[in-house]
Amino acid sequence: MRHFEYARADSAQQAVAAHGSDREISFLAGGTTLLDLVKLDVMQPDKIVDINGVALDEIERLDDGRLRIGAMVTNTALARDKRVVDDYAVLSQALLAGASTQLRNKATTGGNVMQRVRCPYFRDGVSDCNKREPGSGCAAIGGVNRTVHAVLGTSDACIATHPSDMCVAMAAIGATVEVQGPEGAREIDFADFHLLPGKTPAREHALEPGELITHVVLDAPLEGSRSAYLKLRDRQSYQFALASSAVIVRMDGDTIADARVAMGGVGTKPWRAPEVEAALKGRAASEQLFADAAKLAFENAIAYAHNGYKIPLGQQAIVRNLSDLTAA
Amino acid sequence: MSDKQQSIIGAGVPRIDGPDKLSGRANYAADNLPPNLAYGYGVFSTIASGKVSQLSVDEARKMPGVVDIFHHSHFPTLYHTPSSFAQGNKVEETRLPFEDERVYYEGQFVALVIADTFENARAAARRVKVTYSTDQAVANLDQGVEANGTQAGSGNHDRGDAASAFDSAAATIDVTYRTPVETHNPMEMHASTAWWDDEHLTIFDASQGVVVARNALSKIFAMPPERITVHAPYIGSGFGSKLWTWPHAIATAAVSRELGRPVQLVVPRQQMFTTTGHRPETRQRLRLATDGNGKLVSLRHEAINTTSYTDQYVETCGSVTKSLYRCPNLTVSHETTQVNRGTPTSMRAPGAAPGLFALESAIDEMADAAGVDPVQFRLDNYAERDESQDLDFSSNHIVEATNRAAEKFGWADRNPEIGSMRKGREIVGYGMAACNWEALKRPCDARVSIRADGTAFASCATQDIGTGTYTIVAQAVSDVTGIPIDRITVKLGDSSYPDGPVSGGSWATATTLPAIAGAARKALDEIKRYATGSNGVFAGASGDDLEVADGGLRSADGKLVSFADILEAGRYGSADGEAHTEAADSKYSYRSFGAHFVEVRWDPGISHLRVARVVSAIDVGRVINETTARNQVEGAVVMGIGMGLFEATEYDQRNARPVNNDYAEYVVPVHADQPEIDVILLDHPDLAFNEYGARGIGEIGVTGLAAAIANAVHHATGKRIRELPITLDKLMDDVPQARSA
Repeated sequence: MRHFEYARADSAQQAVAAHGSDREISFLAGGTTLLDLVKLDVMQPDKIVDINGVALDEIERLDDGRLRIGAMVTNTALARDKRVVDDYAVLSQALLAGASTQLRNKATTGGNVMQRVRCPYFRDGVSDCNKREPGSGCAAIGGVNRTVHAVLGTSDACIATHPSDMCVAMAAIGATVEVQGPEGAREIDFADFHLLPGKTPAREHALEPGELITHVVLDAPLEGSRSAYLKLRDRQSYQFALASSAVIVRMDGDTIADARVAMGGVGTKPWRAPEVEAALKGRAASEQLFADAAKLAFENAIAYAHNGYKIPLGQQAIVRNLSDLTAA
Repeated sequence: MSDKQQSIIGAGVPRIDGPDKLSGRANYAADNLPPNLAYGYGVFSTIASGKVSQLSVDEARKMPGVVDIFHHSHFPTLYHTPSSFAQGNKVEETRLPFEDERVYYEGQFVALVIADTFENARAAARRVKVTYSTDQAVANLDQGVEANGTQAGSGNHDRGDAASAFDSAAATIDVTYRTPVETHNPMEMHASTAWWDDEHLTIFDASQGVVVARNALSKIFAMPPERITVHAPYIGSGFGSKLWTWPHAIATAAVSRELGRPVQLVVPRQQMFTTTGHRPETRQRLRLATDGNGKLVSLRHEAINTTSYTDQYVETCGSVTKSLYRCPNLTVSHETTQVNRGTPTSMRAPGAAPGLFALESAIDEMADAAGVDPVQFRLDNYAERDESQDLDFSSNHIVEATNRAAEKFGWADRNPEIGSMRKGREIVGYGMAACNWEALKRPCDARVSIRADGTAFASCATQDIGTGTYTIVAQAVSDVTGIPIDRITVKLGDSSYPDGPVSGGSWATATTLPAIAGAARKALDEIKRYATGSNGVFAGASGDDLEVADGGLRSADGKLVSFADILEAGRYGSADGEAHTEAADSKYSYRSFGAHFVEVRWDPGISHLRVARVVSAIDVGRVINETTARNQVEGAVVMGIGMGLFEATEYDQRNARPVNNDYAEYVVPVHADQPEIDVILLDHPDLAFNEYGARGIGEIGVTGLAAAIANAVHHATGKRIRELPITLDKLMDDVPQARSA
């Protein structure tokens, strides 16, 4: 670990003010990504601003029915919150499918949104990696890419999956990210928050330098809906998704009145699948419909040397989730 | 011995070291923090083949707290050990640390930073600038065979004429299996803490063999073994990776002497995949043939494993194949091929674990080809004697093990048709395999004292690697002396104690217990001598007339005197006994046997495979401690599930760099992956082997388990997976191929 300057902030304004313009600065929340990567020498911040003293640990229901989650609310607290359990089961399940109890007790909502990729070529500090060393190349293409590499949203510069489960649920629910920055506060649509790698995989999100996530505001729950998160992986716990689905459906008899579908483990960002949703809406639920709809999500998928199986597996994650949710 | 005393052997005595471990009092190698301790952190090669062309320490040297930075042109002179198993000075990687500028594998030590804190050492290590001249690395077995060919290995065997018998047989199979590199990943990191006083080296090392470590260090430092003490009172398991001394321990001792202060070095998890051994990759060709009655007439098991450029390690995949089945025409051969990986080493059931994956999968394939139920096929073909050595087995209950496990499991309910058994969305698969491991017994010394306060003290320079050795030693002392367990102190893991065995090969129990019992009997003889001496409490009596009872001696007329009072009467501080016991004889073939039955569930709708149930019947002679023995088999079964479904250290084929060398990406079973495990311990004493009739139990449970899974997977899915691990992608249909680049 390299030596770095350490500061504590008691408010979002203070945290943002502590950010200098010409230095590598990181905000420290739960630290479950940042401290790992600093120890591995993959992230080398000159300064760390500890925001654990910032009072952003409330969950509140807004008048318009949305749920406003403080950036410092832990994964455990969020997963166990009654409003989340009751109205956003998919989010609670996604959180509990991630990491371990110990990690969830430390990890925060804002930090999870900011989670870095698990690509071993990024984390080894040595291999060619356009995220870590722009322009150096992507060792994962042509390397070992079975588990944490994507088939959707990839580019010749980067194929790492976004590792979060929580974000997949949020992508399905729909959300707004509230940020505080040197220029004041602003809102970013959750769908626009994470960026595709394109030619610039080092730029992972829509935050400007010095901006701090203060809240994630979930869209109001889809009235009368059911939702679930299904995560598929090699072992039963403590592994990132090989493929996962977050599904929200509202039924009208046997007909799917409305549906929201997002996927994890297969995309370079939390992957909303509007084409699947459109194919489901207004149609009678059936295994054939689910299979046909799920297929649409992968029309533009690209298989790499070891992860082609994610194309059928991702479809299975959607089909099974829909099947269970729509069962009488 | 009274019945009551005898009953302690076999009893489920709780671990006597349990409270120390649970309360954190047990000190592991890196828990030792002597005054003025300096900390080391390695700089590890980032190429797998080539040379260090330049190594610049200027920037690192200026970092806070740095004491010194060692590397190939700044390191004390050391000497080679002959690395002989027979001489007891074996190391696995014979190249000395920092011996030259050559790099043989990624993650090799190329420099060692010493600083006042761990954090400062690590920070400075990141600032050491190393440039390399890089050669094309040989990254896997196939590349090794292509680039370097193969070298002959050991443990080969040939009888009859396997080729001719194969050619004229009624049914044959010819199949090739592959197993990947597996990494031991014990919870406790490899670590060493060393210091020197008056030319005496003390080293706390995470070691499964303190005596061999001492002897190897004695050769490496060219100093008498009396001036070296190796301590390993507790080991956070090793699975074989801590059997022999690795470069980090040698380097720690060397720089401690150089700097004149204690030094501690912990190997980071990433480099526990590179510089402390692994189970090598194997490719195994199996050719089997049966006659018209389903009897094996030809069996060939030809294995190649990867080894390093510095050492030849042979994974003896065919070690079990030689003797498990009756077969007149049989060939076992082992070859190695050099690749740019660190030196492999034994991992729990070396040879047999990958070997029985191949053999016991092939036996199922052969049974299929011969049209016989796989259990019946085995029962028809199990060997009645060891044909490879032309010896009888000392004790072999594999038929009973197979039948009992089959019955408990419910094998009779198996519909042999592929995919025919379903529960809800899941397809049920039943599979089984035999398991087998050699029974070994090494020479051993031990000391037992009965002390003036009526307690007993036993010591032996073997180790408890988490298996329960402390506890069974106490059981043996209690068995002989009648002193209760809670009044017995056991000390292990110190090379200054009487020479004990390396904790490996499942030989610790069979080796240590007879020596302990012998020493305890000698201590009793001694106390009888005191008791019957002129001032003794039984003056004039014959020692033969005294029997051990309730922590003392009782005469024929019923007079009972405690050991404490006997010693008090003679003003003796203790009664001591030492014993030496020899290695096993060669009158019989000594082996352990068993059978695993596995139920898997395959949910094709989500491509999910799980092991739902395991029944294992194990014949390891007498069970010394029912609790720790069961625990060993259960743990081995879990490890076998890992081997079957998850574990593989993956290397980038372009540059031989390990890719998943951390504990998140190297997948081992978690609790949720562990099914109901039903262990049947047959408990038939093998008294030809040793007085306790125990053969050891650490390894057998992992053998055959992966094959039982593979066989069950075949039953469920119709897919015969011949390359471990059996991951879901191998079971899916219509997986899209990669687009061409």
